[in-house]
Amino acid sequence: MNFHAIRAIYFYEMARTFRTLMQSVISPVISTALYFVVFGAAIGSRIEQVDGVSYGAFIVPGLMMLSLLTQSISNAAFGIYFPKFVGTIYEAMSAPVSYVELVIAYVGAAATKATALGLIILATATMFVDLEIQHPFVMLGFLVMTSITFSLVGFIIGIWADNFEKLQLVPLLIVTPLAFLGGSFYSISMLPPFWQTVTLFNPVVYLISGFRWAFYGVSDVPVIVSFGMTLVFLMAGLLIVRWIFKTGYRLKS
Amino acid sequence: MPTAAAISISGLYKTYDNGFEALKSIDLEIRKGEIFALLGPNGAGKTTLIGTVCGLVQPSGGTILADGHNVITEFRAARYKIGLVPQELTTENFESVWATVSFSRGLFGRSPNPAYIEQLLKDLSLWDKKDNKLMTLSGGMKRRVLIAKALSHEPDILFLDEPTAGVDVELRRDMWQVVRRLKEKGVTVILTTHYIDEAEEMADRVGVINKGEIVLVEEKDELMRKLGRKQLLLQLQDKLEEIPDTLKERGLELASDGYELIFTYDAQAERTGIAGLLEDLNAAGIRFKDLKTAQSSLEEIFVNLVREQQ
Repeated sequence: MNFHAIRAIYFYEMARTFRTLMQSVISPVISTALYFVVFGAAIGSRIEQVDGVSYGAFIVPGLMMLSLLTQSISNAAFGIYFPKFVGTIYEAMSAPVSYVELVIAYVGAAATKATALGLIILATATMFVDLEIQHPFVMLGFLVMTSITFSLVGFIIGIWADNFEKLQLVPLLIVTPLAFLGGSFYSISMLPPFWQTVTLFNPVVYLISGFRWAFYGVSDVPVIVSFGMTLVFLMAGLLIVRWIFKTGYRLKS
Repeated sequence: MPTAAAISISGLYKTYDNGFEALKSIDLEIRKGEIFALLGPNGAGKTTLIGTVCGLVQPSGGTILADGHNVITEFRAARYKIGLVPQELTTENFESVWATVSFSRGLFGRSPNPAYIEQLLKDLSLWDKKDNKLMTLSGGMKRRVLIAKALSHEPDILFLDEPTAGVDVELRRDMWQVVRRLKEKGVTVILTTHYIDEAEEMADRVGVINKGEIVLVEEKDELMRKLGRKQLLLQLQDKLEEIPDTLKERGLELASDGYELIFTYDAQAERTGIAGLLEDLNAAGIRFKDLKTAQSSLEEIFVNLVREQQ
């Protein structure tokens, strides 16, 4: 293992976060706070409890997931896309670094940021609603696993994208809608039966449901299924990354 | 100098997906401690060849050893030995010089060594810029930073892909100085260039690549000697309409509207024929006001080689 390389890339990526504090931390926190004001306070006060939880508290796990997904993807995607775009990727490609080490460093840094961001949003949420976390370790487990999985997805997007438009395409056009429709703001049991079935094809449902279970002990699908699905996404991501580095796809000519 | 190979390439070829054959069966051995200049016109395959050695391009076939290590199966050991300065000035704009060079050292698996980095930056006249952000540096300074990055992990083999493209004269001289110092330290330097004077100035050996094939590899001095023709240029007092019959067999050329005679000869030959020529000129009543000799440069040799191949 080339630990020096992992360390170098990891800290380089973390330093980038601090250079772009506005966009990496402050803006997601502000937008989440806005969701709380609009959905939690303004509208939420007129909505009854969902699954025995006040609406403001009910949306916290979903909002955290929403930020977690979009931020881990865009962080990781940008982290690998940018060196590719300006050409500095030549250095990592010519260094004695294996793909496992590259993934650990880049995805690790993006996941660290996403996890930290999730916790910051959680802290922000406590200013608006009363929260109780029934299974804090499970919550942390889901937080970290989701961060890693979607940082991996972002990493893959960053390698695949050959322009800035594609870089934004997946987070904006796929992940955000899936997160909104995945039960961030409602329990899927509130949907008509047909749409409940359709919703089960949305992978984000499993993430949000499991995460919400960690908070309130209520979930749309059994928590073990949520856990299993998260693991499946993680494995799928790892397999794709393995293929990318084996073939040199979009990285080597 | 030991003659063991720093880089040993055999049967290397690269065909891109679109069918373009960038490299066609390259065999090349680069000796330890030498400065090897790889010459070739644009698109000849210079950068592709370097890319295959450094891991940027996947070879379609053949083997490459760097200091005895296969660059694919033992990529760690091989790449540890190699530093690469790319052709394009690609730098992270927001990083400081110190940070980016330290980053490179880590990336290549070396533990931090501030003293070494300090010396490196001083050697490259970058020390007073160490805290500057890269975006504030001039092109020449950025080039130095790229060299510092490539040397940050103390490689034995350094690839310089067109180190002086678009660089001013002064910096070019500096760059040559840097390369010479590296050679003194025992670093093998492989540089690509299409400035022939650069190769002529610095290289121990010269390889010429054209259309993905190595056309020639030769000691530079040997190459100059073998292919170098000397010319005697005579500036005439009076205009000469045509070469007199008595001089025709000497293979003279008339130039500058008849005011110059060019005599090409082999400088290595026993008898160059200069003395006889001058006597004949005298006999023919042709007077000259000045004369000089010129040796054909590597550039002409190169142009001839590439043209012959076409």
